[in-house]
Amino acid sequence: MEVTRKKKIVKTIRIDVDKCNGCRACEVICSSFHAIPKYSSNNPERSRIRVIHYPLRDLYVPVYAGEYVAAECAGRGMYTIDGKEYDECAFCRASCPSRDLFKEPDSGLPLKCDMCESDPSLTEPMCVQWCLADALIYEEREEEVEEGETLEEIEIGLEAMAHKFGWQKLLDTAARMSKKD
Amino acid sequence: MRYAETGFNLEVDLTRGNIERVATDPELTELYLGGLGTNAKILWDRVPPEVEPFSPENLLIFGTGLLVGTPVIGCNRTVVSTISPQTGLMAFSMMGGFFAPELKYAGYDTLIIRGQSPDLVYLWIHDDKVEIRDASHLKGKGSLEAAEMIRTELDDPKAQIASIGMAGENRVWFASIEQGRSSASRGGIGAVMGDKGLKAIAVRGTNDVHVARPPELIEMCNEVMRYIKHRNENPIPGVMPILAGLGSPQEMAIHDEKWHTENFAWGNSRTRRKGFWTEEVEDNWTETMRGMRTRLVSCHNCPMKCGATISVPGLPTYMMKCFSKLTYTMAAMSDLEFGLRIAQSATEYGVDAFSAPQVMAFALELYEAGILTDDDFPGMPSDNEERFFWLLDRIVRREGIGDLLANGTHWAAEQIGNGAQEYAHNNIKKHEQLPLKLGMLNPIYFLMYATGEKINITQIEGNYPQAPFATREEREEFCKDWVQVPDEKFKEYFLNWELRGEYSIPHYPGIEATCEIVNWQEQMHYIDDATGMCAGLSSFPLKPPYHIHNLPTFISNATGMELDEEGLTQIAKRIRNLVRAFNIRRGMSKEDEKPPADHWKRRFPELEEELLTEYYRFKGWNEQGIPTSESLHELALDYVADDFLERGILQDEG
Repeated sequence: MEVTRKKKIVKTIRIDVDKCNGCRACEVICSSFHAIPKYSSNNPERSRIRVIHYPLRDLYVPVYAGEYVAAECAGRGMYTIDGKEYDECAFCRASCPSRDLFKEPDSGLPLKCDMCESDPSLTEPMCVQWCLADALIYEEREEEVEEGETLEEIEIGLEAMAHKFGWQKLLDTAARMSKKD
Repeated sequence: MRYAETGFNLEVDLTRGNIERVATDPELTELYLGGLGTNAKILWDRVPPEVEPFSPENLLIFGTGLLVGTPVIGCNRTVVSTISPQTGLMAFSMMGGFFAPELKYAGYDTLIIRGQSPDLVYLWIHDDKVEIRDASHLKGKGSLEAAEMIRTELDDPKAQIASIGMAGENRVWFASIEQGRSSASRGGIGAVMGDKGLKAIAVRGTNDVHVARPPELIEMCNEVMRYIKHRNENPIPGVMPILAGLGSPQEMAIHDEKWHTENFAWGNSRTRRKGFWTEEVEDNWTETMRGMRTRLVSCHNCPMKCGATISVPGLPTYMMKCFSKLTYTMAAMSDLEFGLRIAQSATEYGVDAFSAPQVMAFALELYEAGILTDDDFPGMPSDNEERFFWLLDRIVRREGIGDLLANGTHWAAEQIGNGAQEYAHNNIKKHEQLPLKLGMLNPIYFLMYATGEKINITQIEGNYPQAPFATREEREEFCKDWVQVPDEKFKEYFLNWELRGEYSIPHYPGIEATCEIVNWQEQMHYIDDATGMCAGLSSFPLKPPYHIHNLPTFISNATGMELDEEGLTQIAKRIRNLVRAFNIRRGMSKEDEKPPADHWKRRFPELEEELLTEYYRFKGWNEQGIPTSESLHELALDYVADDFLERGILQDEG
């Protein structure tokens, strides 16, 4: 993969866990926005942002979906912040085999936040727009990044399935199923 | 494809251990929407008036409102309906939180529980997989404690759980169903759950909820978000802080309690304490709240923050909202620190925060009066606050005097006798009311208290200001952006409403205007209870984002049903009449429609009678408050009229 360094607008969501009230409007509107057709259904399980929350321990961590990873990492640390214990995974954005976050409930394929890319483009991702508590703040900043190819959604999905079943089985199945159509 | 709803109910028979997923009739949605409407229809059809509250034939229904689970903001109510052990009538207590949306995502509009399990069990609903599981290890556990144990053993932190505490297990007639940050408390529905041997219901759903006209619906939701933001930044001038904003009264956020502490009654709804709210009290209570309130929390898909996480040093954390902040404090004539401390026990035990404190203050008043004696309270501590903890414990265990008190003030007084009835003075339809004692009869509130069947004033009042504004200029200002009124005439009623003189209570608003105002306010609650909309964004506050002009379009865009204002009004009326019919069939009569005798010092029996008669007529009810055959026919409730005729409740001429 060619790697070049170039200036790029990096879009992020800054998260203030102290401001989150756990309403999960972000989950509702994210899954609604990404439904096909747009807004036709919602299901927090398909949301690319989830609020990891344990109300009685006062833990509220909104996390938006990052990269798919094929294997779980070694991280199982605990952080104590302001007297509250957080599992390291609570802050992790990965769609990872160790947990059920950020996977399509039907197919198990990974989900990833796309900052609500659309045409015409939105001023802010929908989750940020629906967070009146300001726990989610949209930020754009210019950064010099290593730019490689970015994978399309279908490529991310295929890669995940290949990891799970192996390329050969995936190709055989695709060939068999496409013949039926 | 069904939109907004799933089209399926879940039927669970705890006697036989049978579980069924049953398709529902879309025509019933058009007639009753969902939530309370659907629950009332099921109860009418399946629970005849002979059925006792504690009987396998009584149903315990968890209804989701029609729009619950869609992106419509603030639509998250679970409406729990059954026969109340305390009133013998339909209880339809409801709760916010996360339970109803999760049930929708699991694929069900309504959960219907019947029968009785011989052993304590809990229900685990995970999409299509539904299990009745042993709960013997949860016996006697607190409601939140049990919920945490269930989440751990299911290894599913995302499961939403509704559970009862010891009060429900022991069938206390004001036991609640708790759900973490919310509870369905009124009418003793937790006792019915306990009677069925059901400790908890855990639900987890991972399915889609579809809507009919996506872009139109979302644009309306975005508009509501913008309006809420605007209102949060611009409270209504001229009303006390807790009524100036949206949401449930912001008791967790607002520290100024002058209005409640000086206008509401302390003890057993007896004493008004003018001048109570001093700077010293304010500092003390504000410090208590700041020290124990760890976070303001929301319900599903709602930006309001009406609840709070409360951590009292040395006690497990719990969650609270609204006026339960003060009910224990005021019943015990104590301070906020005590109120927050005892509410922790009360939440784990699972009792109603209006009834429980009042029952305990009532018991101590009887003790002071010598009607109950030391023999009735063996081992009771001498310290006032410790007595409340002691009494609460006796009540939820139904031990000693607690066994009587566990039936609420009305029934306890009946059993105690010896003049105790005089002390059960704050009930309507045998149910404890807000501790409020006022001077001059208010005709609007008279009708709401007398005829309300939700039996809680906060669930009937709302969109019309509680009191006139002092000057005409203020009233004109208020009317400028008052788009929520169903008709311009309501602005006229308000503009002319004065604090004193000819245009003040009790004779103004006039009888017809009073009927219209009461009807409007009540109608909005019935719509909310059918859609699952939180009253805090709709029927309760002044100038809410949802109102009669936009709700029909919300419902149309979400469900695909064609609906206009007239149609929605008709549905609300149908549900209202069905609830009333159900209660009349169970013996409710005009005799029951009375506010507490001491609610106002100045009463006007003739005016009150005239108000009631005229309101009955306005509603299409006969002079006994029974819906007439004619009005039932207009509402497509002919089956109710037929039943009434057969039972002799109505005669042929209606």
